[in-house]
Order: sequence, then C-alpha cells, then structure tokens
Amino acid sequence: MAQITMTQALNLAIDEAMAEDPGVFCLGEDVSAKQGGGVFKVTAGLTEKYGEHRIRATPISETAIIGAAVGAALAGQRPIAEIMLMNFVGVCMDQIVNHAAKLRFMSGGQTPCPMVIRTTTGVGVGFGGQHSDMLEAWFAHVAGIHVVTPSNPADARGLMRASIDANDPVIFIENILCYGLKAEDPGPGYRVPLGKAAIAREGTDISIITYGRTVLDALAVADDLAKEGISVEVVDLRTIAPYDEATVLASVRKTGRALTLHEAVRPFGTGAEIAANIQEKCWDVLKGPVRRVGGTFSAVPFASHLEQAWIPNKGQIIEQIKASTGKL
Amino acid sequence: MSQIDRDKLLDIYTRTMKVNRTDEKFRELLMGGKVAVMYYCVRGQELVSAAAMAALEKEDYVVCTYRGQGEQTAKGIPMEKWWGECLGKATGTCKGKGGTMHITDPETGIMVTTGVVGSGLPIANGLAMASQNNGDGRVTLVSFGDGAANIGGFHEAMNMAQLYKLPVVFLCQNNRYGEHTAYADHTDSPNIASRAAGYGMPGVTVDGNDVHQVYPAVKEAVDRARRGEGPTLVEAMCYRMMGHFFGADFSYMPAEHIAEMKAEDPLPKLRKVMLEHQFTEEELDAIVADIDAQINAAVEHALAAPLPDTDEIYKDVLEETA
Repeated sequence: MAQITMTQALNLAIDEAMAEDPGVFCLGEDVSAKQGGGVFKVTAGLTEKYGEHRIRATPISETAIIGAAVGAALAGQRPIAEIMLMNFVGVCMDQIVNHAAKLRFMSGGQTPCPMVIRTTTGVGVGFGGQHSDMLEAWFAHVAGIHVVTPSNPADARGLMRASIDANDPVIFIENILCYGLKAEDPGPGYRVPLGKAAIAREGTDISIITYGRTVLDALAVADDLAKEGISVEVVDLRTIAPYDEATVLASVRKTGRALTLHEAVRPFGTGAEIAANIQEKCWDVLKGPVRRVGGTFSAVPFASHLEQAWIPNKGQIIEQIKASTGKL
Repeated sequence: MSQIDRDKLLDIYTRTMKVNRTDEKFRELLMGGKVAVMYYCVRGQELVSAAAMAALEKEDYVVCTYRGQGEQTAKGIPMEKWWGECLGKATGTCKGKGGTMHITDPETGIMVTTGVVGSGLPIANGLAMASQNNGDGRVTLVSFGDGAANIGGFHEAMNMAQLYKLPVVFLCQNNRYGEHTAYADHTDSPNIASRAAGYGMPGVTVDGNDVHQVYPAVKEAVDRARRGEGPTLVEAMCYRMMGHFFGADFSYMPAEHIAEMKAEDPLPKLRKVMLEHQFTEEELDAIVADIDAQINAAVEHALAAPLPDTDEIYKDVLEETA
C-alpha cells in the first residue's frame, strides 16, 4: 500500500464519504477551490468533484457555520463543518453546546444531530495565544458530543469515516504538526470505531494515557526508557470523549501505574478526569498516585523558546515516570 | 378590499384562536396553581404566529423561540402531545425532556425551539441549506423577537442566507420588548427591517395586528423563498401584552404603552374583519367553543398522563444511549 500523509488521509476519507452519500457536504472558511481547498488543503480537489454547493466556502461567521451545520443535520444531511482554528470555537460555543450537543436529548431522541466539526490546532508553530490551544476538555465536559483526535494518518482516515457515519456531533481535532506525518494507507472504506482506544505500544511498568500529537512524545519516551529497563505502555485514546474506559483500566490493571499526558493545560484537563477515574477503579492495584503531565497554565507564548518551555516535553514525562516507578 | 380569500381567513382565524385559547388556558392553570412551569405568554402576538403558519405548507420547517407557543400550536402540533410536553409528561413531544422552552415536533415541522435568544436564525439557515442541497422545495421560517436582532448570530445568519439565497424567511415579531428592556432602550434604529438592506436582502415592516398586512407579507416572503429568490426579513409590529414570562413583573410598562396596545389588540380587529367577510358571530363562537373543547380534553389527557421514567436522564444522550 502507498504511503499517505494525514492531510491526504483526511481528504480521502471525506472524498469517499461524499461519493457514497449525497447528504455529506463541507462548509467552512476558505474550504473551496476558489480559496485553494482549505488553508491546510484537507478539502483540496473536492470542489472540482462535488461542486460549490457541497464544498461551501463561508463568510468568517463561526456561529452561522455551526448553526447551518446543525440545521442541515436536523434535516437529515451529514455536514462536515470546519472551524479553521480551535480557538475560534469560542465564537460559536452556543451552537455547539446548547444546540448540537443537546438537541437529541431535549427532543426526546427525535432530532439527532449528525455532524462533524473539523478543527485544527497545536502548539509549536509560533501561532501564539489565540491560534494554538487544545480545548478538548471544554467539549469532553458536555454530554452529547464525541471528541476525537488522530495521532497518525491511518487513524485519521478511519476516525474521519467513523465520525461522518456517527449519528451525533463529533469534534474532530487535527493537530497542525501531524498533517505531514506519513504512514501506510489503510485503504478505502477503512474505519476506526469511535470510543475505541489503541495500545500504541505494549509495556509492563507504567501506562501513559494520551492522544493526538503527544502520542508521538509518549512513544519516543518509551523508546528511551526501554534502554533503561523501564517498560512503558502507551494508550492512544483516539476518542477523547466518551473515552474507552475499559482499555484504559485494563492497561493500568496490568502495569499498576499510570500517567496522563496531553498538550492542553494541566489544571482541569481531561487527564484529571481520567486520573480520578483510574484512582477510583484501580486503587487496589495502583503502586502509586496517577501522574499528570500537561501544558503550562498560561496562554501559549509566541517566542519559540518560550513556546518550547510551555509545551509538555520529554524531560517532564521521563521525570514523572521515574518518580512513579521509583527509578530516579 | 382584501386579497385574502374567505377560506384562508377562516384558516387564520381558527389558528389565531387556537393560539389565544391555549395561552388563556395555560395562564388559568398557572394562576390556579394546577401547574407550576415556565411559560412565556403570547397574548397580543397570536395573529402574527397564526398568519405566518397559515402562509406555510405542512412540510415546511419552523424554528421558534421559548415564546413559541403560537408557532407550535398554529403549525399543528397535536394538542395532547403539546400539553404533555409542557406538563413534563411521558406523552409529550419530547417525552418531557424538552419542556416549554424546547418543544420539538418534526412531524409538523417544528424542528427547534430554542431558549437562547437569536440562536434560531443560524439553524434555520441550515435547514434551508439542506432543502437547497436536496431540492425538496421546503421553506424554513424562523421566528424571533426584536431583542434577537442585536445578537451576533442574527447578523451572521442574515448575511449567509442572502449570500447563498437560502429559502428562509426571517420573521421578527417586534413586540417592543427584549426581555424586560423596551425597544428604545436597546435599539436606536427606527425599525429592524431596515437592516435587511445592509445584507442586500428585502426587508419589510408590517402591522402585525392587521391580518391584511401580516399574512400577505409573510406569504410573499415564503413564495419568494420557494421560487429560489432567497430570504426576506419580515418585521411584524405587535405587542407583548404580558410580562416576559408568566408571573414576571411588567409594571415597568408605561401607561400610555398599555393603552396603545389595548387599542391595537389583534383579536377584536380580526373578529371585525371576519364579520366584514360575512362570517356570523355564531360561526365564530362555535369555532372557539370547539377549540376550547379540544384544549380541555388535551389538558385532561396531559394531567392524567404518566411521568417519564427516571431512566430517561440516561437516554438520548448519544445514539448508543438511545
């Protein structure tokens, strides 16, 4: 099979979904051929195939974009709405939280809202405080939404197909630094079910529970620590909420230690919820407290060295693992 | 004198009285302590809702607000289901999980009732976008108040609707108050409809207490939308004759405003129009009596209906929990 980038993986998944179902359409800022197929080229080539009604370039109007996606979803279509950068969800939170997430419940199941909200973010490219945040915890805290993020091209293809299939809203987070990752193409029709984590690497001493770009950090750390005789298991959640509790707990029951890792700021992050849950349900096997690593509790800074100091790094992860395993 | 034929007038009258009698019944139940729920009275705005719903086809979509009883009952939600929902019963449109502010009944086209001011407009665009995409010929009408015209979503939605020529009708029920704040204290422009020009969209202000103005204006907007010519902003001037919600203080309404709204009450005016069109007092009274009988039966049904199972709090969260 051919090698594909994550950008290509997402494009292929959207393309095949649009080819199969005329109710699937994309809308967002700069997404059509007239603007070059999206700032990150995820929708490149699709306008030519499906026309401007199905690749709708929108005004800079996040509330109108998500509202339109909600309405179209209620009418039985499967919109894929793009919020160019994740911080801009602040503009349209009402539509996501009060409407997309709740309409199934508030209507007693009559009006499900099958829509995907694609959004890009990531620390490490110098975008500063309003274009970099991982805000997954905001959505994980709301009932009625799936929150998904891939760490590699194959999962990107499979998770995107599954997200478009889903009969509920999905926040699909794409890390800007992962677009260029290359891997083997899993091929047409490939799906990764929502709510299923992957064991990205097996280990016996400690479980790192993470997702998205920091999976790469966790794998690198696992390589390094293997040389020192510490065996690290890496759990890639893939779906952040509702997450695969069974896989997480089984991993921790096996290793007896856990560390949660995410790029988002540490306080009140998803890692805190997962850590609390592990401590409630695995107390009997835990060899120590669950450790948490996350971004610094401040705005993402601009200057490159500040940004690198802000982001969770391998050194912090290793330090926490060694503290946990007592192999300092 | 009127372009509205007798059948349509009768239709509008019947819908208007259904809205009015439902409102009266609700206030009677609340006043008597028989039920204790949030209810946003529609007294004074019955005709706008009824005429607008009479301008739509059955399969057309409607998005309304917490003050949406008029649209909901006039569009035709079965009364038993409507009352069931308002009383929080398992027999309600939403199994008692939505309530008075979130009535949903896709069978009659009531797709969303939002409790957030101005949030319905962007969603209406999406319903209309789906119709434009799949060519089903439906029109979407979204109803909102003058207060909603000052929230960002209004602006975003109006611009997008006009950009794509969406088959949507924006119906602003200008009832002169945004929650408890009078129009002049929240907006300095003389009306809402003039804003449409800023989006390249037609906008019209009509007297919402005059059936000869409000029905033709909405009908023309609906027809335009259905012809693929795009959206229209229709502003119907009307009065909210009660407080923001049932039980809310509205002693702040100036005496002259109250005198003005009493003089403009749409119900006696509509009755006069009906009599001018050779409907008799007896015929009109019989219509109201029939509506009252239906409402009373629906209320009895809802009062006797079972409560939703407590397990419902876990259901309909995601498809897996349906």
